[in-house]
Amino acid sequence: MKQLLTGNEAAAEAAIQAGCRYYYGYPITPQNELINYMSWRMPEVDGAFIQAESEIAAINMVYGSAAAGGRAMTSSSSPGISLKQEGISYLAGSELPCVIVNIQRGGPGLGDISASQADYFQAVKGGGHGDYHVIVLAPGSAQEMADLVYDAFNLADKYRNPVMILGDAQIGQLVEPVEFHKKHTEYLPPKNWALTGAEGREKRVIKSFYPVKGQLEEFNAHLQRKYKLIEEHEVRYEAINMHDADIVLVAYGTSARICKEVVKKCLQYKFKVGLIRPITLWPFPKEIIRSVAERVHSILTVEMSAGQMVEDVRLAVEGRCPVHFYGRTGGGVPTSQEVIKKITEIEPDNRAAHSLRQLVEVK
Amino acid sequence: MTEKIILAGFGGQGMMLLGKLLAQAAMTEGKYVTYFPSYGTEVRGGTAVYHLIISNEEIFSPLIEETDTLIVMNQPSYQKYKGMLKHQGLLLLNSSMIKVNDLHEAHICKIPATEIASKLGNVLVSNIVMLGAYLTVKKLFSADMILDQLREMLKGKKTNLFAINKQALESGIQIVKSLS
Amino acid sequence: MRTIYEKPETLIDTPTHFCPGCGHGIVLRLIAEIIDAWGIRGKTIGLAPVGCAVLAYNYLDIDMCEAAHGRPPAVATGIKRVHPDHVVFAYQGDGDLAAIGTAEIIHAANRGENITFIFVNNAVYGMTNGQMAPTTLINQKTATTPSGRDPVNYGYPIRVCELLSVLDGTSYLERVCLSSPENIRKTKKALEKGFKTQIEKRGFSLIEILSPCPIYWRMDANEAMKHIDEVMSKTFPLGVVKDWEQMN
Repeated sequence: MKQLLTGNEAAAEAAIQAGCRYYYGYPITPQNELINYMSWRMPEVDGAFIQAESEIAAINMVYGSAAAGGRAMTSSSSPGISLKQEGISYLAGSELPCVIVNIQRGGPGLGDISASQADYFQAVKGGGHGDYHVIVLAPGSAQEMADLVYDAFNLADKYRNPVMILGDAQIGQLVEPVEFHKKHTEYLPPKNWALTGAEGREKRVIKSFYPVKGQLEEFNAHLQRKYKLIEEHEVRYEAINMHDADIVLVAYGTSARICKEVVKKCLQYKFKVGLIRPITLWPFPKEIIRSVAERVHSILTVEMSAGQMVEDVRLAVEGRCPVHFYGRTGGGVPTSQEVIKKITEIEPDNRAAHSLRQLVEVK
Repeated sequence: MTEKIILAGFGGQGMMLLGKLLAQAAMTEGKYVTYFPSYGTEVRGGTAVYHLIISNEEIFSPLIEETDTLIVMNQPSYQKYKGMLKHQGLLLLNSSMIKVNDLHEAHICKIPATEIASKLGNVLVSNIVMLGAYLTVKKLFSADMILDQLREMLKGKKTNLFAINKQALESGIQIVKSLS
Repeated sequence: MRTIYEKPETLIDTPTHFCPGCGHGIVLRLIAEIIDAWGIRGKTIGLAPVGCAVLAYNYLDIDMCEAAHGRPPAVATGIKRVHPDHVVFAYQGDGDLAAIGTAEIIHAANRGENITFIFVNNAVYGMTNGQMAPTTLINQKTATTPSGRDPVNYGYPIRVCELLSVLDGTSYLERVCLSSPENIRKTKKALEKGFKTQIEKRGFSLIEILSPCPIYWRMDANEAMKHIDEVMSKTFPLGVVKDWEQMN
């Protein structure tokens, strides 16, 4: 049955349905619907809910519950995620599975509470200290929020790795019909590392400290092998109108929804535009972008940031075609008109550019 | 079919609920729907604005750049959002609180919603008066369906509020019929 | 033959990294003795801090978890939510508990978390070569208070038990020390009381242990023990600060 829910509520309910029974959070706009939902929903399923004293405490409570073998989650928005980064590094270093929802807002500093995608770097490049990655999933709707949160718990357990859901104020707060369907059938390894009390077995230790020379390097090599495996198996993206596109847009989340509108409008004017929407931001869909770069005129990355994901697009393209960027910062959301205008500037001589330009200028 | 609606008013004028009732109806009828509260720093005491899109096709951007319908409840909302209405769109306004000060190439529908709601005995149902008016002009959903939703929503402690909401909806319907 | 001394089973037979005269080894042994005597090895989970006791998990033969600096109360809370009937304890030093982790310990106490906190106070940061701790005594010389702790610049030593005692969420708070066999026996009793408080679900317990650090106190082991009795315990008075059995 479909329900009308905000993206934030969809994330919360999906977590419950995925078996998450430990939620720890701290209020921050624009993710408040999530923590509020958990406060009444967790007791219904005999789960634990704590409004922690800080973001730092919340992520460390997640660390504890994950170490003890529970499915644990926290959520926050950009400034709060900055605070959690220490804990996320420890979670990655101790190989603990958990889910962190980041409903991004404008920054830097206190910024504002509008939608933003300026946390891309702190999400996909690790974010805290050390060589590590969290798996980053970017939903584009309330329904996809539910689906990806559900998947996130399985990915986290499968790889013993933190997973971040990277939404934004718009994805978190929009209200859309959502349906919950459990669909996971993949085998997940038993948690034969979790702290349960050493009854009748050898003790277990959860730690990220390797003071003996050489051990830490060995551990890092293990992490890198794991990350390579994730890169090989878990890349997800949506590709629209790839077959004859002259220009391909690359955008995720809210930006991608705007870009879908752009693609639709451009096609009406016979301007061949395609879209690659990364669903996993790490691992990043490098291969598809690289192969598309071989045959298109250019690529345009659209973000609600000063240009973060565009760096990964350029790394994937490796000079095969020009990579352009259009972004808005500080809570600004691009309009389809703005993106179309940018496209006509990139390809001024395209046969369709003239009529498209009129579409933009009428406004 | 795609219908884009911007709803705006003071916080407390019930725009959230109005949009939610329409979104619920759209979902029940199996349509695509996206409903977005676009509040910024003015969330306290200022204008509350919502973007509602109902469509037979997948909805891309939840933000409306040009709206088919503008439902406004007070003067600041009208001033702020009138420019977003498309040519020959529907401007549904609460004439109890709004003076039209612009030429509009639009279908204008002036509803004294605050006044009507006050006469009914509860100013808080002005949003439902507007909803009745909207349903009558656009005919997307039946009044009965909306009434069913209201009945469901007001179950329990709020049952006694159903009667006045029903009256408000009917008043909205009547006034549009009398205007045309 | 009568056995008068043996290693507790829960204490792993391995050399420790502790300095000569350090108190940590004594406290870890006392914990191991209690776990053995009470037969709770299989349902006990410990937390090691960042600081001198960071490698506690190498010495205790139980499930253990490392926590980021200052965060054991939060991590322990997360563990306890998953295993409410297990015995969960956090082992923390003064920097961990009373400086960087002040917020976490206060709020764990305020929530009345049913967890036992073992707070080893040696008034100095040993792990990082002897800097000032939040519990460093007035005029005590450390690597970062070379002419002694002057309260004008550095504030005063924090009395953790007294600080926490005003919170309604705390059930048992006691300060003990390791300065003599008698005091070590009292410390063991306090630890037992802490575990008992948890097992009986009486709520938050914290045992503050004044512990010698001869290296960074720049004393020999005997002088350090005397220093606890004659100086340190003047700032940090020994005894029960709060006890649910004596409250009504």
